[in-house]
Amino acid sequence: MDEYILIFRHEDGNKIASPEQMQIWMNQTMEWIGGISAKGKFVSGIGLPFEGSKVVWSHGVVTDGPFGEIKETIGGYITVKADSFDEAVEFAKGCPVLQGEGNSVEVRKIDKHG
Amino acid sequence: MQEPALIPHLFRTEYRKVIAVLCKRFGFDQIEIAEDIASDTFLSAALNWGIQGIPENPVAWLYTVAKNKAKNYLQRKATFTNKVLPESSMQANTITQPDYEIDLSPQNINDSQLQMMFAICHPAIPPEAQIGLSLRILCGFGIEEIADAFLTNKETINKRLFRAKEKLREEKIPIEIPAPEALDNRLASVLTTIYLLFSEGYYSISNNKVLRKELCMEAMRLCYMLVENKHTNKPPVNALLSLMCFHASRFAARIDKNGEYVLYDDQDTSLWDPDLISKGAYYLHLSASGDQLTKYHLEAAIAYWNTQKGDTPEKWENILQLYNRLLQIEYSPMAALNRTFALSKANSKQEAIIEAEKLQLSNNHFYFTLLGELYTGIDNRKAKQHFEKALHLAKTITDKQTIQKKINRLG
Repeated sequence: MDEYILIFRHEDGNKIASPEQMQIWMNQTMEWIGGISAKGKFVSGIGLPFEGSKVVWSHGVVTDGPFGEIKETIGGYITVKADSFDEAVEFAKGCPVLQGEGNSVEVRKIDKHG
Repeated sequence: MQEPALIPHLFRTEYRKVIAVLCKRFGFDQIEIAEDIASDTFLSAALNWGIQGIPENPVAWLYTVAKNKAKNYLQRKATFTNKVLPESSMQANTITQPDYEIDLSPQNINDSQLQMMFAICHPAIPPEAQIGLSLRILCGFGIEEIADAFLTNKETINKRLFRAKEKLREEKIPIEIPAPEALDNRLASVLTTIYLLFSEGYYSISNNKVLRKELCMEAMRLCYMLVENKHTNKPPVNALLSLMCFHASRFAARIDKNGEYVLYDDQDTSLWDPDLISKGAYYLHLSASGDQLTKYHLEAAIAYWNTQKGDTPEKWENILQLYNRLLQIEYSPMAALNRTFALSKANSKQEAIIEAEKLQLSNNHFYFTLLGELYTGIDNRKAKQHFEKALHLAKTITDKQTIQKKINRLG
């Protein structure tokens, strides 16, 4: 069984959500992860609060980021175990982040040799 | 599972603190950015807590994230300024490292909230906008809730808030507690807004019972903040808080299971909240110092007598005198009608009818309801005519139901 990383990409643009809506998203995220865990396929997850971030460029240039320059930001990721790419994609389809217009979840296989 | 409404709860208690501190720090020029940072913090929480679970101390988590977001913003802004104005960056070496820290200590949160209260309730801002801004920024209400409270839609509220913020900027309203010589005047307009906020909840025609009660509680909370601060703890503030405590004590009794208003005379007194009544008395006592007699003092005293259920001559004589003085300070049709009702109780219905007919408030349904009341038992035919006029003029279903009940009682 391979491991996959599911990366949440958020379209930038502050859409004002009500606290109730935020609560729903949080619960849906918990349920989504709970569902993957129930199959014994959840490995780990990290949320990135977009704070204190820097971007390091070639030639040692460091900027505050990733704001302004790029339209989308990475909100977090989870890693899962899956029997196939298709299964990993099925997991990704359930991600509540996708309810946001323009948001996406990138699915990448983790290379595990060595 | 987790507490189902953690985020709305935290939003209600923490959003207003973060926004007050950030606004104070950034100024009204950047109020939208302060709002974005505060909202964004909660969005981050929803996502992160969804993935990693709820942290041990959610409030501390929110503060840390809000601080970092604000710091990022300030740093970026400084970088931008330096790029645009390269000569100033030349001097940067000699200037001490700028401070990007955001102070979210309880003391600064409290100070910032009070200062915001004075800024938002500035006389230059139209009252409707003051209430909208207060609900959004001082109370952390969502746009939807505000729209619900005003029985309008989100677009209208957004437009109203937008214009109000423009006004704050145009007028260059400072975020500070006014100087001692200006304090009493400015405090008066803060109290007016708090009073309107409370009335909005207490008399609102919105069907959302929970929301209405929350409006009242928020008004009381803001007033309590003023009482807690040594600069703003003045007699009128105590009087207003007392008044609101007395009114709020009847919350449970004044609306029945079906959401219908229960008239004062029909209220189940066991549902009155004795805690709030004694708090009301406590603040009324504290308000009785200094030489200022405000309408809040008089209304609080009237409200006190209304917590005494029995129909004693002493009670109605006192209420009558209080209304007489209230009308001298500030005339309002409602006060005039209530004064006439008190007159009927203190003296006689006949005397009150003579006074009532002088008022000529012929487009006010409460006026005809009062006349109906006064004629009941004296001339039921006339009573019915007045009630029917009232029924015709009444706009809300609740008012119509109340009047219809009175007609039915006449038989």
